[in-house]
Amino acid sequence: MAETLEMKELAEVVVRFSGDSGDGMQLAGNIFSTVSATVGNSISTFPDYPADIRAPQGSLTGVSGFQVHIGAEMVYTPGDKCDVLVAMNAAALKTQYKYAKPGAAIIIDTDSFGPSDLKKAAFATEDYLGEMGIDPDRVIACPITQMVKDCLADSGMDVKAMLKCRNMFALGLVCWLFDRDLDIAFNYLKEKFAKKAGVAEANIKVIQAGYDYGHNTHSSVANVYRIETKNKVPGRYMDITGNKATAYGFIAAAEKAGLKLFLGSYPITPATDVLHELSKHKSLGVTTVQCEDEIAGCASSVGASFAGALAVTSTSGPGICLKSEAMNLAVIMELPLVVLDVQRGGPATGLPTKSEQTDLLQALFGRNGESPMPVIAATSPTDCFEAAYAASKMALEHMTPVILMTDAYVANGSAAFKLPNLADYPAINPPYVPEELKGSWTPYLRDAETGVRYWAVPGREGFQHILGGLEKDNKTGAISTDPENHDLMTRLRQEKINKIPVPDLEVLGDKDDADLLIVGFGGTYGHLHAAMDEMRAAGKKVALAHFKCINPLPKNTAAVLSKYKKVVVAEQNMGQLAGWLRMKIDNFTPYQFNQVKGQPFVVAELVEAFNEIINK
Amino acid sequence: MAYTAQDFKKGQPRWCPGCGDHFFLASLHKAMAEIGVDPWNTAVISGIGCSSRLPHYMATYGMNTIHGRAAAIATGCKVTNPNLAVWQVSGDGDGLAIGGNHFIHANRRNINLNMILLNNRIYGLTKGQYSPTSPRGFVSKSSPYGTVEDPFRPAELCFGARGHFFARAVATDAPGTVDILKAAYNHKGAAVCEILQNCVIFNNGTHDDVYSKEGRAKNAIYVEHGKPLIFGENNEFGLVQEGFGLKVVKIGENGVTEADILVHDAHCEDNTLQLKLALMGNGDGFPVALGVIRDVDAPTYDDSVTAQIEEVKTTKKYHNFAELLETNDIWEVK
Repeated sequence: MAETLEMKELAEVVVRFSGDSGDGMQLAGNIFSTVSATVGNSISTFPDYPADIRAPQGSLTGVSGFQVHIGAEMVYTPGDKCDVLVAMNAAALKTQYKYAKPGAAIIIDTDSFGPSDLKKAAFATEDYLGEMGIDPDRVIACPITQMVKDCLADSGMDVKAMLKCRNMFALGLVCWLFDRDLDIAFNYLKEKFAKKAGVAEANIKVIQAGYDYGHNTHSSVANVYRIETKNKVPGRYMDITGNKATAYGFIAAAEKAGLKLFLGSYPITPATDVLHELSKHKSLGVTTVQCEDEIAGCASSVGASFAGALAVTSTSGPGICLKSEAMNLAVIMELPLVVLDVQRGGPATGLPTKSEQTDLLQALFGRNGESPMPVIAATSPTDCFEAAYAASKMALEHMTPVILMTDAYVANGSAAFKLPNLADYPAINPPYVPEELKGSWTPYLRDAETGVRYWAVPGREGFQHILGGLEKDNKTGAISTDPENHDLMTRLRQEKINKIPVPDLEVLGDKDDADLLIVGFGGTYGHLHAAMDEMRAAGKKVALAHFKCINPLPKNTAAVLSKYKKVVVAEQNMGQLAGWLRMKIDNFTPYQFNQVKGQPFVVAELVEAFNEIINK
Repeated sequence: MAYTAQDFKKGQPRWCPGCGDHFFLASLHKAMAEIGVDPWNTAVISGIGCSSRLPHYMATYGMNTIHGRAAAIATGCKVTNPNLAVWQVSGDGDGLAIGGNHFIHANRRNINLNMILLNNRIYGLTKGQYSPTSPRGFVSKSSPYGTVEDPFRPAELCFGARGHFFARAVATDAPGTVDILKAAYNHKGAAVCEILQNCVIFNNGTHDDVYSKEGRAKNAIYVEHGKPLIFGENNEFGLVQEGFGLKVVKIGENGVTEADILVHDAHCEDNTLQLKLALMGNGDGFPVALGVIRDVDAPTYDDSVTAQIEEVKTTKKYHNFAELLETNDIWEVK
C-alpha cells in the first residue's frame, strides 16, 4: 500500500460486477464475497442473470450482474444500490448504471467500448459517459482486455482462453480498492481449478495484475477503503446459496431421522439447483429421480414416502399448480412429504428468473377440498437450511405434507454460513407404529395428544394396510362415504395441523413502544430489517415481526399484531399475507405495502413508505 | 414360505357381478401365492377407476391413489425400496389417457414394476364414456354419434416407449393369466400385462371373440418362447413370415409343414415381429396373441440407481453430513 494513499474506513460497501453472460461475473463476485467473508465481514449477495441462455454477446439482454454487500457489522440485504460498479462492456454500463449510487466509482474495460460495442449497447455517440451523464472523474477507465493479453502473453494460451480471465483483472482491481488479501483468492482458485493447474495459474496472475494496476495508478481514485470486522462470531464458515442450503437442510434431516432422502423433481427455474445439488450426493445415499413432469415429481415422492423415505419434491409456482393433486393425496393419506416452492414471478410462466412472494395463497389454499397443509417460509440464504430441516422434521413427525417456501432472491443469493453441528439439532422421531399394536392397528389410529396417525412402512410383517385418495373410515380404514365420518376426518386432519407446535412470533426493534410494527414473511426479512434499522437510527420507534411459519400461525400472533397502534404488512404480492392474517385475527386492519416487480424491495422505498404511515 | 391364494385375499370385492375384474383378482391371488413373496413385502398400487379398486382386496401393502398417477407413485415406491415386489394396476383410462405419460416413461426407464393394464375399452366408474382403447366409431354416452378418433393399441405404446416386456391374457382365462403374471414378476424391469376384460354394464361383449375357451380356441394364439406359432381348434394353422409381414397358413396345404412355421422368440432384442404378433386380431383375419410376446433382459432403473449410489460411495470420500460440509471452501473467523 502506498504511504501517500488515504485509507478510509467504511461500515459497509456494495459492489456490483456486471458484464456479458459469458464474462464470468458470477465467479468474480463469488470470489470477492468469499475473500471478504474470510476476514469476518458480513456478506449478502444477489446474482441477477438474464432468462436467456446466452443472448448475443455484447447485447443489452445478455448482461449478467452479481451484487455483493459487505459490512463490518451484520448486513441483511445485497444493498439497494452499489458503491462500485464494474462494467465489463458497453451494454453492462448501459443497463447497470441505474444500480449505482450517485458518486459511485465505476470500473470499465475501455477495450469493450469500441464502435461496434457501443452500437450493440444502443449508444448514439462515442461519448458514452456524456450520454449517460457520468462524471469521468468517477470512472476508472482501464484497457482490461489488452492488459490481460499482455499479462498472459507468455502463457501459451490462445486469445479466447486469455479473455476468459478478464473477470479476474476486474476482481484484482476491486480487491486492491478494498484492501483485500489476495492469498485467499489464490487459494480459492487453486482449489476450484485443482485439476487445471494452468487455468489456476493464469487466473492468479491476472488477479495480481489487476491489483498491481490499481496500486500503481491510484491517482485515478481518491481512496482505498477498509471494512473492519466488528462483532465477529468465531467459527468455521462457508459461502452458501439459499438453494444449496435448502438441499443441505434436507440431507441433514434425513441423516438425523435415519432415513433415505428421496427427491422427485422436474427442472424448473429457479428451483433446479436443488435437484443439481442433491444429485451430486449419491455417496450419502441420496436418491434423485428427474421425472417426466412435475406431476410425477410429486407423485413419485408420495410413493417414496409410502415406502419409508424422507420424500421431497422441488419446484417453483408453475410446478405447484401441477403437483397440487398429488400433494392433496399426501394430505388425505397423511404421509410425510416436503414440497419446496422456490417462488418466481407469475402468473403462468411469468418471470422465471425473478423473485416474488405471490404463491402464498396457492400454498395455503390451492387444492380441492379441505386440505390443510403447514407452510414454512425461509428468511435468508442461510435460513433455508434451518427451514428445510424444520419442514422435514414437521412432515415426518406430524405425518403431513409441508410446503417450504423460498424465492428466487433467497435461493440464488448467498451468505456466510457457520458450519452447523448436526448434534446440536433436535432429534427427528417419526411416529412409527409400535410393535405391540400388531393385530389391532388400523391406518388412521392416532396418537391421542398430537392427533398424528402412526406410520407403518412396507416390509413390516403384520401391518399390511391400504391408503388412498378416497375418504376412509376413521376406525377401520376402509373406504367410507358416511357423512359423519367425513366431517370427523376433515376435522381430525385440520386439528392435527393446528396442534403442530410452532415457535412464537419474535418482535425485533422497539418491541415495547413502537409506533409502527412492520410485518412480513420469508425472503423479505433482510430488507424489512434494514428498513427498520434505518428508521430507528433516524429516531423513529419501529418494530419488526417476521413470519417463518405461516400455517399454523404462532400462538402469540394475535397478541403481537394487536399490541401496536399501526401495523404495516409489507410483501411482494398484492396482499396475500395481510389477507390470511385478516382471516385469522379478528379486527385486524393493517396498512399494506405491496410491490410485485420481480425485484427485491428497495430499502429506501420501504423507509419512505413506512415514514408516511407513521406520519398519517 | 409356501402361500395359498387365501393369504393374499382381503375383503369383499364390490365390482358388478360378472365383471372381468373378479376373474383377474382371483388369478392375481393365485399368481402371488405361487410367486411366494411375503404379503408384507408386496405393494399393490393403483390409480382411480373400477379396476383401481383392486388393492382394497389384497392382504398386501397397497395404495388406491389418484387418477392416472399410479405408475409414477409406484416408481417412487420401488426406487426407494427395491426389495418390495411392486404391482401397479390401472385401467385403460387410468393408464393410457390421464396416465399415458407415466405409462410410457415407466417403460422407458425400465423400472422393475409389474404393470397391469385392465383393458375393457370403456370408462366404467364414470358410467360409460369411450376410452383411448375404444375403436373408431364407438358409440358411448360421450360419443352418441360414434367416436371420430383412433384408439391406442397398448402394445404399440409399450414398444414405442422401448418396453422390454409385454404379455396379454384374457381375464376369464385363469391359467393364461397366472402364467403371464408370474412371467411378469420374473422379468426384471417394467413388465406390461394387458388383461382383456369385459365390462358387463357399459361395454358388454367387447372381447367376445376370445372371452370363452371356445372363442380362444378359434380366435387366439398362445405364444410361447421357442415354440412354433401354431393355433386353431385342431392346431391346424400357423404363422409364417411373408415380406414385411406375417401370414396365416394351413399346415398340410400347399406343401406347408410344421417346420415352415415361425418359431416365437420373446427374447429377441429387435421387437419388429413381436410387435406384429401383438397387433394381430383387429378383425384382420389373424388370431389374438396371448401369452408372453416380448421378454428381453435390460438394466433396470432401480438396480442402476442402487448400483450408482454404491459406486459413488466408493469413489467419493464423504459419507455423512459432517464430511459433506468439509468438501466446501471453509474459512475460520477467530
